[in-house]
Amino acid sequence: MNFPKELKYSRSHEWVLYEQGGTVRIGITDYAQKELGDLVFVNLPEEGDPVTAGEALGDVESVKAVSDIYSPVTGTVIEINEELLDAPQKINEDPYGAWFIRVENVTGTEELLDAAAYEAFTKEEKQ
Amino acid sequence: MKLIFERSVPGRRCSILPPCDVPETDLGEFGRTRELHLPEVSENDISRHYTELAKETHGVNDGQYPLGSCTMKYNPKINEYTAFLPGFASVHPLQPERTVQGCLEVLHTAEKLFGEITGMDAMTFEPAAGAHGEFTGLLLIKAYHDHRGDTKRTKIIVPDSAHGTNPASAVMAGFTVVNIPSTEDGFVDLDALRAAVGEDTAGLMLTNPNTVGLFDKNILTITKIVHEAGGLNYYDGANLNAVMGVARPGDMGFDVVHLNLHKTFSTPHGGGGPGSGPVGCKAFLKEYLPGVSVLQTPSGYSFGPYADSIGSVKAFYGNFLVVVKALTYVLMLGHEGIREASRNAVLNANYIRTSLTGAYDMAYDETCMHEFVMSLEQEKNESLVSAMDVAKSLLDYGIHPPTMYFPLIVHEALMVEPTETESKETLDELIHAFLEIHEKAKNDPAYVQAAPHTTAVKRMDEVQAARNPRLRYVFA
Repeated sequence: MNFPKELKYSRSHEWVLYEQGGTVRIGITDYAQKELGDLVFVNLPEEGDPVTAGEALGDVESVKAVSDIYSPVTGTVIEINEELLDAPQKINEDPYGAWFIRVENVTGTEELLDAAAYEAFTKEEKQ
Repeated sequence: MKLIFERSVPGRRCSILPPCDVPETDLGEFGRTRELHLPEVSENDISRHYTELAKETHGVNDGQYPLGSCTMKYNPKINEYTAFLPGFASVHPLQPERTVQGCLEVLHTAEKLFGEITGMDAMTFEPAAGAHGEFTGLLLIKAYHDHRGDTKRTKIIVPDSAHGTNPASAVMAGFTVVNIPSTEDGFVDLDALRAAVGEDTAGLMLTNPNTVGLFDKNILTITKIVHEAGGLNYYDGANLNAVMGVARPGDMGFDVVHLNLHKTFSTPHGGGGPGSGPVGCKAFLKEYLPGVSVLQTPSGYSFGPYADSIGSVKAFYGNFLVVVKALTYVLMLGHEGIREASRNAVLNANYIRTSLTGAYDMAYDETCMHEFVMSLEQEKNESLVSAMDVAKSLLDYGIHPPTMYFPLIVHEALMVEPTETESKETLDELIHAFLEIHEKAKNDPAYVQAAPHTTAVKRMDEVQAARNPRLRYVFA
């Protein structure tokens, strides 16, 4: 399983990429997409919507179930990845390329893990 | 098989209509410019079409249907007889009350009997199904707080083992959902509940027994915590088949409850039923109920208004004929029969559970209520087979699969609910099938992974079906 070093991770299995200029990009991890299975639908917020650390920003639906995606940060959505709405399989194919949203005015975050700590956390979770 | 449109022959008809006895009017620009896309077939064609469709499906009339949380019990045929009586089937909802006294008596009697079973004081039969009932019940809770001027109560607490419809209904009704975790043994975490309640708590939604088939023994404490915080308790009646005639939601501290007549009270379930999700409540909520109440007066039955009704949630009186069927069921079983049905439902589930223990991992290894949950996680991790593969294999035995991948708190879940209407012989068939599939998974996993082998349609590509559904016939 893949845990890119340049990303930060939440315990609810989202990844965060800090971009230049203080914005962040958010997606779900390789571990998450494997656990969820083939995704068939994605619900994303709209541009301008506020997101709050620890609260749902949207949801994904697999053939098994619908699961909430939690925002690892508090801020305002500036861009959503519309491509995912028509092609949710991209999340399974390339979880770290298939970003969900970009957020600006980040005022708070959940406790985020680095790649090594997150990898250890997923192993614990599997137990 | 051929689609009905592929059987169509231009000009073929079912009925020959008499000549029109009113003058035809030209609708001008409002007239239809294209022919309607309707199949042109004879009655014989239609009859064969539906029989062919029926052969490719599976219902309780074909075989077992242990679909957890759905209570797919056998529906006695006498229910159909009573619902077809012309006094019920051939009435119009706007007929004068004095001409439909029998229908009013059905609603009045049903309110009384279902109120007795649930421990509630009043009931509406308007909601068309379970989630509709949840939505209605939550509107009652909202009306209660609003009428007291207590407008800060915006949150509904839902345990993580709840039915997926619970949080959805709460959001539909304008509430914010607060999720609380279950303990390791599958019950409501009391500390988490205490931490979650407060001045903003509108209420709690709960199923008892819960979705893993366990009766929460802390129920009186749970409902008390919510009441003391000023909230109300909502009972999701999805699992009432485990306790009817034995324990009553009204005695557990619940204020509002919905029933699924199409689950617990033996009315058709598949293919749209239609369902019926009556909502019962304690007396202090009665005047908020939707629609109209049925009153018994010296001169007969009549409709009366509720003082602070939330308004109607469905046209007229809900799916009335479904209520006729459910009332028939209750009257046929009687006081003792109702209780015995629940006891047998619990006995049947435990018989299967103990017979499969050892081969399958039980998510919660203790006496269950009317259903239990197994986990295929170990099998899946050993790359043998998944819950999906076992479910598909059951189709080869002429048995409908259990509920899969629910509840979400158990990985690779299979949730089995046999109901009381299966005999020991059919339960043994199910046990045999489960054990044989488990054996085969060890010796020939590829076979199980490719199941079903004997059905009209083999393994579906569920991902493609969800991503690119083809829901209608494309006309040339």
